[in-house]
Amino acid sequence: MKSATIQLETLVCPSCSQKIEGLLKGFDGIVKDTASVSFNNSKVKFEFDEEKLSVEDVEKAINKLGFDVIKSKVK
Amino acid sequence: MQRIIFKNKNKIAFITGVLIAVAFLSKWTINNMTIFKWSLIIASILGVLPIVIQAYQAIKVKVISIDVLVTMAVTGAFLIRNFEESAIVTFLFLFGAYLEQRTLNKTRSAIKALTEMAPESALKQMDGGEFEEVDIDEVDAGDILLVKTGAKIPVDGRVLTGEGSVNEASITGESMPVSKEAGTPVFAGTILDNGTIQIVADRVGEDTTFGKIIELVEEAQDSKSEAERFIDRFSKYYTPAVLIISFMVWLFTKDLELAITILVLGCPGALVIGVPVSNVAGIGNGASHGVLLKGSEVIRDFSRIDTMIFDKTGTLTVGNPSVSEKKYYGDNIDEAVGYLASIERESDHPLAKAVLEEIGETAFSEVKDTLVVKGAGIVASIMEHRIAVGNLALMERESIIINGKALADASEMEENGNSLVFVAVDGELKILMGIRDQIRPKAKEDLQKIKKIGVKNLVMLSGDNQGTVDVISNELGLTKAYGNMLPEDKSAYVKKLIEEGQIVAFVGDGVNDSPSLAIANIGIAMGSGTDVAIETSDVVLMNSDFSRLSHALGLAKATAGNMIQNIVIAVGVVIILLGGLIFGDWMNMSIGMLVHEGSILAVILNGMRLLGYRLRK
Repeated sequence: MKSATIQLETLVCPSCSQKIEGLLKGFDGIVKDTASVSFNNSKVKFEFDEEKLSVEDVEKAINKLGFDVIKSKVK
Repeated sequence: MQRIIFKNKNKIAFITGVLIAVAFLSKWTINNMTIFKWSLIIASILGVLPIVIQAYQAIKVKVISIDVLVTMAVTGAFLIRNFEESAIVTFLFLFGAYLEQRTLNKTRSAIKALTEMAPESALKQMDGGEFEEVDIDEVDAGDILLVKTGAKIPVDGRVLTGEGSVNEASITGESMPVSKEAGTPVFAGTILDNGTIQIVADRVGEDTTFGKIIELVEEAQDSKSEAERFIDRFSKYYTPAVLIISFMVWLFTKDLELAITILVLGCPGALVIGVPVSNVAGIGNGASHGVLLKGSEVIRDFSRIDTMIFDKTGTLTVGNPSVSEKKYYGDNIDEAVGYLASIERESDHPLAKAVLEEIGETAFSEVKDTLVVKGAGIVASIMEHRIAVGNLALMERESIIINGKALADASEMEENGNSLVFVAVDGELKILMGIRDQIRPKAKEDLQKIKKIGVKNLVMLSGDNQGTVDVISNELGLTKAYGNMLPEDKSAYVKKLIEEGQIVAFVGDGVNDSPSLAIANIGIAMGSGTDVAIETSDVVLMNSDFSRLSHALGLAKATAGNMIQNIVIAVGVVIILLGGLIFGDWMNMSIGMLVHEGSILAVILNGMRLLGYRLRK
């Protein structure tokens, strides 16, 4: 189990954190209830199973949703 | 394609606006209805593109977002050939989003300025001994780094060689430069004003004091209170509910115009964004004034406190006691002073330090048979003389006669708020010293301000004797003051008040008062950026600056009030819109969108006021 922090471009729309949360819920390898999107920081945090998915997968999906990823950190 | 549309959203908003202007101009000036119609049609189609994409992405992740509602509303308007409405609604939505983006960035600017102070690179000593610029992530504890004039210190560490002066404002809020030489600690995020130094890294990245401050502020901005979580849940169901209601309305009344108008009203934007905006602006203001507020729950509780409890030493007083009065009795005083200094030299009691500072250079002698009498003083022998240093209780214990004059001196000193130190040599009183801790400059004015803002009780707790405590209490105009309190007595007192139903803040130095800080509803640490203080408390006053306390309290009250205003604005707007829809005939899609976007901007602008908050004199 690892925890990831992804820094996004500045989030500005009221519903964008909802959208990203919705996206994270759909991932199989993300531990339930650990995913959080902080609106003011524009940061996404979650814990995940590194055997089921990689951070790059999540980054790609977020990117596809229309948000640029600035950097990510895995611990 | 998607990307291109997205990146040019603002341009699209602009073109849409121009097209709408062209449409109306041609209608009013040359009365050309063809240009009018087609301009609006092109504006609608162009303008809705980015909204459709956002809506599609939202639906893909099973979220009914505002974009979905607006897309449906615009499509509906388009279908009933109301191009005027469809064009204006898309334009307002896009233009509103643009303004939101601009103003939101402003509210976050204070915190952004803080995080941008984080060092990004460092000059690291490589294996060959030369220094090379590397990314901050490549620096580990133990590395040797070079810092040049004007550069940021990249890590927490110690100076190895060199000298310089450092501006530590980012950590302490104090802009006076601090001089550094070999062995002194340096902190990440501070700036070397002049000189060149080499340092050894002790802590890097998130482990540094600066890293912790940033992390704390970042977490605080997005921490949610109970009320916010409720609003979040509410807005999650509100949007889909509006969709269903509008669908039902259409089904039963067959009035498509009414149905799509309802769709536009279903955007809870101001409600979702209102509280976080107040929060980020309030915490941002604090961060740039040396006050760390840990989240919106803290702000809410802090704004409602009834009682503020202060630790005395180091909080209301400077914490650095000094001798304010002294009296000598009899002869051979120089010898007695030497004996006193020799004994105090071996003690680490704060009063002993004050005595030594007062005496300065003197003849020290060897001290033997030292006996510490707890809570009273020290008895020892020097060159066959029996010396007693301590309070009145020790003098009584040693059966030392204190004449009328000395007694009068003693009681006068005590009335002035001094702690007393008696010195007797071979059973005879020689010296009496009054030691006093200075009250912080301006503490009285700051306490007056705090009282004025609405804190009912100001209480002081101290381990010092009741006489000293009373003097300080009278001088500062406190409600109550208790002396002779041990740390566990203090925390028990805090607990008692909370059980009585009061909301209590405890202000202490964060180290020896940590139990009280933890028990109080709001623990306020006067920390010079120490880790313990930052972690255990709810509010941190950087650089132990007492004057920031009144700013912190005023800010918390202003922020809490601002949150309520924003909720009222958001809920009020929804009620007005729904009321207008049901009872009036002035409501249409465009007005609905205008009011909706207007309310979002209103809450952001209202939140922004907090950035400039200052306590009125």
